[in-house]
Amino acid sequence: MKNICFYFQIHQPHRLKRYRFFNIGGDHYYYDDFANEDFIQRVAEVSFVPANRLMLEMIKEYNGKFKAAFSISGVALDQMEIYAPEVIDGFKELADTGCVEFLSETQGHSLASLIDPEGFKKQVKEHDDKIESLFGQRPRIFRNTELIYSDDIAELVYDMGFAGMITPGAKRTLGWKSPNYVYKSAVQPKLKLLMRNPRFSDDIATRFSNYSWSEYPLTADKFINWIAATPKEEQVINLFMNYEALGNFQKKSSGIFDFMRALPRFAAEKNIGFATPSEVLNMLKPVDSISSMHPISWVGEERDISAWLGNTLQQEAFHKLYEVAERVGMSQSRRLLQDWNYLQSSDHFYYMGTKHDLPFSPYSSPYEAFNTYMNVLSDFKERVDAEFPSSIENEELNALLTTIHNQADEIDRLEDKIKKLEAKTKVSAPKATDEHAITPATIKEKKSAPAKKESKAKDVATVKAEDKVEPVTKVKTEPDKAIPMAKKATAKPAIKAKTESKPKATEKKPAPATKVKTKNK
Amino acid sequence: MKALMFGWEFPPHILGGLGTASYGLTKGMAMQPDMDITFVIPKPRGDEDQSFLKIIGACNTPVVWRDVYWDYVSERLSKYMDPQEYYNMRDHIYADFSYMHTNDLGCIEFSGRYPDNLLEEINNYSIMAGVIARTHDYDIIHSHDWLTYPAGIHAKNILGKPLVIHVHATDFDRSRGNVNPQVYQMEKNGMDHADHIICVSNLTRQTVIEKYYQDPAKVTTVHNAVEPLSPEILAINTEKGIKDKVVTFLGRITMQKGPEYFVEAAARVLERAKHIQFVMAGSGDMMERMLYLAAEKGISDRFHFTGFLKGKQVYEMLKRSDVYVMPSVSEPFGISPLEAMQCSIPTIISKQSGCAEILDKAVKVDYWDVDAMADAIYSICTYDAMADFLSKEGKAEVDNIKWEYAGQKVRDIYNNLCK
Repeated sequence: MKNICFYFQIHQPHRLKRYRFFNIGGDHYYYDDFANEDFIQRVAEVSFVPANRLMLEMIKEYNGKFKAAFSISGVALDQMEIYAPEVIDGFKELADTGCVEFLSETQGHSLASLIDPEGFKKQVKEHDDKIESLFGQRPRIFRNTELIYSDDIAELVYDMGFAGMITPGAKRTLGWKSPNYVYKSAVQPKLKLLMRNPRFSDDIATRFSNYSWSEYPLTADKFINWIAATPKEEQVINLFMNYEALGNFQKKSSGIFDFMRALPRFAAEKNIGFATPSEVLNMLKPVDSISSMHPISWVGEERDISAWLGNTLQQEAFHKLYEVAERVGMSQSRRLLQDWNYLQSSDHFYYMGTKHDLPFSPYSSPYEAFNTYMNVLSDFKERVDAEFPSSIENEELNALLTTIHNQADEIDRLEDKIKKLEAKTKVSAPKATDEHAITPATIKEKKSAPAKKESKAKDVATVKAEDKVEPVTKVKTEPDKAIPMAKKATAKPAIKAKTESKPKATEKKPAPATKVKTKNK
Repeated sequence: MKALMFGWEFPPHILGGLGTASYGLTKGMAMQPDMDITFVIPKPRGDEDQSFLKIIGACNTPVVWRDVYWDYVSERLSKYMDPQEYYNMRDHIYADFSYMHTNDLGCIEFSGRYPDNLLEEINNYSIMAGVIARTHDYDIIHSHDWLTYPAGIHAKNILGKPLVIHVHATDFDRSRGNVNPQVYQMEKNGMDHADHIICVSNLTRQTVIEKYYQDPAKVTTVHNAVEPLSPEILAINTEKGIKDKVVTFLGRITMQKGPEYFVEAAARVLERAKHIQFVMAGSGDMMERMLYLAAEKGISDRFHFTGFLKGKQVYEMLKRSDVYVMPSVSEPFGISPLEAMQCSIPTIISKQSGCAEILDKAVKVDYWDVDAMADAIYSICTYDAMADFLSKEGKAEVDNIKWEYAGQKVRDIYNNLCK
């Protein structure tokens, strides 16, 4: 029995606002909220909402025989949560039917798989967490941005524990082979691959309302007959397309919704079923392995990555962005991380393309796209630099961050020492010299002042440490070792106090970090 | 096919883009094997390239019969044309112009420039056109720009052959809307009498249709092209003395060219970036105002004026530049950005210039959008990829814009008219 495997992609980038070079350093908000809101609401109205409704009706009407998969980028989810929550609700309803599968991808619809493996894994995890929290299922199948696939990416994806991956049915890699089988990766035989069927997918996604197409008008009847006419051994037809094909690229007036609605009925007549990618992978065994040294995608005549990284402008912007990848990875600042995600969207690079006309570009020219992006990137890099000065090497920075990260534990440990010392001095008070007697008092005085300031700065770790001053544990330590320890404890908060009083730092944590280090030197 | 062309300038002695365009077009058309062009200009200097066409000087065309010997004529005119041609034309003097001021050969004097008595010179040009038109037979008459329209009309009346006029600019471009009525009248008259109108850009075509009330079917756009750089110019090797980026404005400093927007954009860039120098090359009636404006903005230390540049100097300046900016308010075509791109200079042009219609590998901004202009300048000076891309791709693009193709389009129009 043949199966049709539908997968729909949903993505909307955060379009950048007009950002001139004189905004660099002064304006840290990069997005054109108005355009983004307008766009997502418009698409939701003509496409996502009615399409969701259609899917739900089809699932109910055919008692769960109709199935589909969705891949929703994290940036699109973010925008829909703000501007079109009804779409998310629609997906939740679909998720509840159990006939819908959600696929994994990167949070930012990024091209990180080509350059930044660590960041890539992080983004995928972030995205899967989000999908799980929204729809209650953890993705098992991976779909890369624009279906970009290569052997290296296959390795990465397999390492992350995915059972399968969606790939473009590019002639370059498939050659004479049919996309209507399950394949496996040549480098990771356990990773199964689903190939997009370009002909049937584009029949719906691009040619459906084309009057000059010789097959116009396309009916469900005719379409299912074509699928039924494929050789018997070909068990799966992968129809992968943008969700906007339903209602936006193919307008409602073209009859696309009625076409979709009629598909299951004709399919049933020809004994053709529907399946989600996971089901297909469970049902079918891979027939052969596929290898692709160079990345392939589903876009353009060439099906390569030249739509995003074809010209020098795109390459420059791309490399300039990922120069700071490691740095940003160390940051804890939520805003910085969010911008990092949004700036990675492949669309920004797509808009800089000079090979073809760019009907979806919000810019009047690729140069404007490049200018805007580079200006934004300059500002972003300044912010990264403000957090971690570029004069510090990555390794050193990492060590510093570890110090900061562990400072709460370190303080706890030292507090303990103090208490032990206090206990010790109380016991040995009569014997102590003047110097010994004064030390604990000074410690307490000096400690309390910076502690307050830090609690103001909401440094949870210090607050915790302060709380722990009260309980007294009685452990005996040698008196001669205790004194230098105590001195060290006083020294540290003093430096803290100094750095805190300087109003320079915008982000609270990292600035003191470097100070601590330099003082330690 | 024999064409009689009336023009006002021809290289190497040119004052504006008209001469360059006339040269390029005729050279491109001369590549068609059966094309025979006679080009009339007011005053040849003798060093024009006549290898692909015949040049007749208006100042060497007799309108009054003088009895002169071959030797004398030969001594006087052989530098410019075949002396026999003088006698041929002398045989076709069609009226008594002895009341006019003529020289010893019976010719009217021309300055060949744009003098104060320009209208008189235009009229004289049209008088001598009558002689030329009677001397030989031509299949088509082609007039370049309004100064030669009356001559074109005159020749058309005599020969009864179709007249094509070539609009390189209209007075609406030159005056930013404050049209000189005499010029307008002459332009309109020329267009009304023309059998076909060729415009150098769609922008100009639109003006011709809307402001001169011409039938759109009669108006065709043939975009200008650019001659490949000569080896002499290619050989110019400039060494940049300074590390700073150089941003150049090059052209007449007049209202039409929008120099004040360049100064504004410069001020904006210099607020943020200190590694950039600005140069305004050329001269014109707004130069003094621009000097003051730059001083007012407090950028004079990084904003330089070179004065008028000619010939090779232009290319030396271009090759020293990192960015070329043409913020023209209204530019019928604008050939200089193409020349800059030939020198691999990243180029910013206004959307209001005709050449923007055929250039993709140049940054286009609205002339009034000084923010965008400043942003583009900053970008090219700061992001190397942008400069590299525009420099390489720009050169490749402009190397494909050839006069040969433009010439073929003009020929198609001729063929249609002569059917």
